[in-house]
Amino acid sequence: MPDGTPPQPIETADDGSRAGRGPGRILVAVYAVFALAATGRATLQISEYFHRAPVAYLLSALAAVIYLVATVALARGDRTSVKVATVSCTIELLGVLVVGALSYVDHEAFPDKTVWSHFGSGYGYVPLVLPVVGLLWLRQVRRHRAPVA
Amino acid sequence: MLLPVTIAVLVCASALAVASGIVTARDRRAGTGLLLLAGVTELAVVAQLVAGVVLLTSSSHDVSAALFIAYLVGLVVVVPLAVFWALGEPTRWGPGVLTVAALVVLVLVARLHQLWSGTGA
Repeated sequence: MPDGTPPQPIETADDGSRAGRGPGRILVAVYAVFALAATGRATLQISEYFHRAPVAYLLSALAAVIYLVATVALARGDRTSVKVATVSCTIELLGVLVVGALSYVDHEAFPDKTVWSHFGSGYGYVPLVLPVVGLLWLRQVRRHRAPVA
Repeated sequence: MLLPVTIAVLVCASALAVASGIVTARDRRAGTGLLLLAGVTELAVVAQLVAGVVLLTSSSHDVSAALFIAYLVGLVVVVPLAVFWALGEPTRWGPGVLTVAALVVLVLVARLHQLWSGTGA
């Protein structure tokens, strides 16, 4: 019966975790690697020689938290998680751009490396590419969920 | 740094990277062969952990023990986690995850070697 309201998109069982499925599996895997690497680096820097470069090391810790959040959100992939993942990927992109640029301009604030310094050159520039790929993938996931005419 | 073990890890991880890369490219899911190869790689990596810890405790090498052990432990957890994550994906992207893991193992071994030989902090 036509009642004037458009049909609501139906949440199918596999729709709930689409963000972490298919190519998303690879994305989650790479994010997990960076979560592990950033957490390890931040833990070591803060516990062993925090006084050397507090700003850089706190940024390392921030990066670690963001990678962890993005990994979990992408793996879960429900509606809320997709939003959380989008926010964390955006912060991550801003982080790598700002820290990357600052690390070239202001050497004194970044005497020691973070995951994001020099646009992630120490990690094969993956930290720069990863949030872009992540945001594109999340856009794809959201489009797939939009009601189809 | 106990060269035979390191070479074994490099050979296994390279084989895993290539084999799982081919499976992904051919759009197949992960089969028993790939899982066996992942298992052998894990054995080699565990041998590397043991060799690394023995070397660290038996010689007075100028290397950060915490960092060195962190890399060794990271090396050991990567493959099992990847296999777990790959098994949940019955498409080409399952083996794709194994490719990522194998490449990570290669990078970690390279970094481990750098740490041991004192080039790059």
